[in-house]
Amino acid sequence: MKTIVFLEHHDSELQKGALGVLSKAASLGGDLTGVLVGAGVRELAAQAGKFGAGRVHVWDDPSVEAPLPQPRVDALATLVEEEGADTVLFAGSVLAADVAAGLAARLDAGLNWDLVDLEARGEELVGKRPALQDTVYVDVGWTSTPRLALFRSGAFDPSAGGGGEAEVREFSAELRDFSTVAAMVEQAHEESSGPALEEADVIVAGGRGLGEPEKFTLVEELAKAFGGAVGATRAVVDAGWYPYAHQIGQTGKTVSPKLYVAVGISGAIQHKVGMQSSSVIVSINKDANAPIFEYSDLAVVGDLHEIVPKLTELVRQKRGA
Amino acid sequence: MKIAVCVKQVPEGNKRLDPATKRLDRSGEGVLNPFDANAVEEALRVKERTGEGEVVVLTMGPPQAADALRKALAMGADRAVHVADERAAGSDLVATSRVLAAALAREEPELVLFGQQSADSDGAVLWAAVAERLERPVISQVAELTVERGRVRGKRQTEFGYDLIEAPLPAVIAVSDAVNEPRYPSLKGIMGAKKKPQEELSLADLGVEAESRTTVLELTEPPGRGEPARAETAEQIIAFLEQKRLL
Repeated sequence: MKTIVFLEHHDSELQKGALGVLSKAASLGGDLTGVLVGAGVRELAAQAGKFGAGRVHVWDDPSVEAPLPQPRVDALATLVEEEGADTVLFAGSVLAADVAAGLAARLDAGLNWDLVDLEARGEELVGKRPALQDTVYVDVGWTSTPRLALFRSGAFDPSAGGGGEAEVREFSAELRDFSTVAAMVEQAHEESSGPALEEADVIVAGGRGLGEPEKFTLVEELAKAFGGAVGATRAVVDAGWYPYAHQIGQTGKTVSPKLYVAVGISGAIQHKVGMQSSSVIVSINKDANAPIFEYSDLAVVGDLHEIVPKLTELVRQKRGA
Repeated sequence: MKIAVCVKQVPEGNKRLDPATKRLDRSGEGVLNPFDANAVEEALRVKERTGEGEVVVLTMGPPQAADALRKALAMGADRAVHVADERAAGSDLVATSRVLAAALAREEPELVLFGQQSADSDGAVLWAAVAERLERPVISQVAELTVERGRVRGKRQTEFGYDLIEAPLPAVIAVSDAVNEPRYPSLKGIMGAKKKPQEELSLADLGVEAESRTTVLELTEPPGRGEPARAETAEQIIAFLEQKRLL
């Protein structure tokens, strides 16, 4: 197996999701390399070695600085051919989804997406994709190579194995005319004190049960105590209590942190889809019949206005913050 | 300006996978994929703002997918194209994008619009594949769209905030459901929809094959969480988190 993993980066950091996919790929064996495209990214490449990449193909150039998908399709198509790769893996993101789909069309290669796992059965690869609001798992395969896979964000934790620094190999590709006509005019990135939702180990999310928008501070404080990120349900985003960028669910983000704390969230299907692959789910709700308890690991029936501030205090003490 | 909107019919209500074909059972009533209604709405708004043009809705799917087209026509689209071919059933991304791109190439629209995902298969990747085949620029997850003087400008929402991206027409755009609030078809619109031109095409008409590169092997039960542990106080939550080594 000859695998290439797309290494997405942001703010001079390799993204956790991509490193998770790299770690997973390392566990499957074979020749494993990463690809890094951007400007000023060369220094990041070596780090990928710890997560299993023997080599990283780097295209470090101002012409590919903006995080736009089509130049990256050109880059990957060139690499797949040069390297004779049979497998290309992506950690799910807005950018990676467009790169993966564009590459699938360019190479006429099968793309399975929203995968939560991948296993090798002999020479074959089998992906696992949750379907129909995650009520059924579908095992999916490929009928030709290269095989492309896009994983659900947070599907795998990065695990730094024994590898040292990855060897850096510079490359470039010819850009197609239509790949270069879209241009980044402006990037307005939110200043956030905590980690991005998709990258956070802990997410504390709030719903209607908070009662009023001001009570979102309870959620924010608990998230801060954990060093985590804040999530919100569609209902509270629609009501204008919290920005859309924090929405978790079918029409928002899909997350799978180590710990998901649901505060005053009833657990509509729309929300469940976005968070149910979290490792541990703790739900706090005064209604003992709230559907969210059906897919929680810890069901806390009680008044969130009493429990959450107390919990925040205790978490602060434990974490020494 | 000619605008094409790619739409999909999704099953209404409870969805099931057919154990025999391992495909989604599409035999029941269908509706317009709700996310595609945002794309139809945006197309209508662009047409209304510029005061001229044509909105063509396009789908690939079984005979009942015509219901989704009719809804889009009732909202105000001018014309519908339906690629209906048994041989395209179960198409994956590679096959679907090939067929749609062929149908779009016939229309030569200046703007192609998609919704942000399909409500049945949660697919959110098709537009980039179609743009690649048409060799056009693509902007996805667009929460605000402006079209003027031969250019499109889209505000794309990403994990990190907003990107403002500009591209010349012709272009392919996928809008998010934050872009607008779709209108309801008026009674007049519903009555008029039946009279609007609706064309049906086969793969032979388009001169393409729908050859998939992925396959569904098996359906399995998702892992269950079992009965949750219970707690009532903050102290009990802490004890649970410590036991799970999360603190």
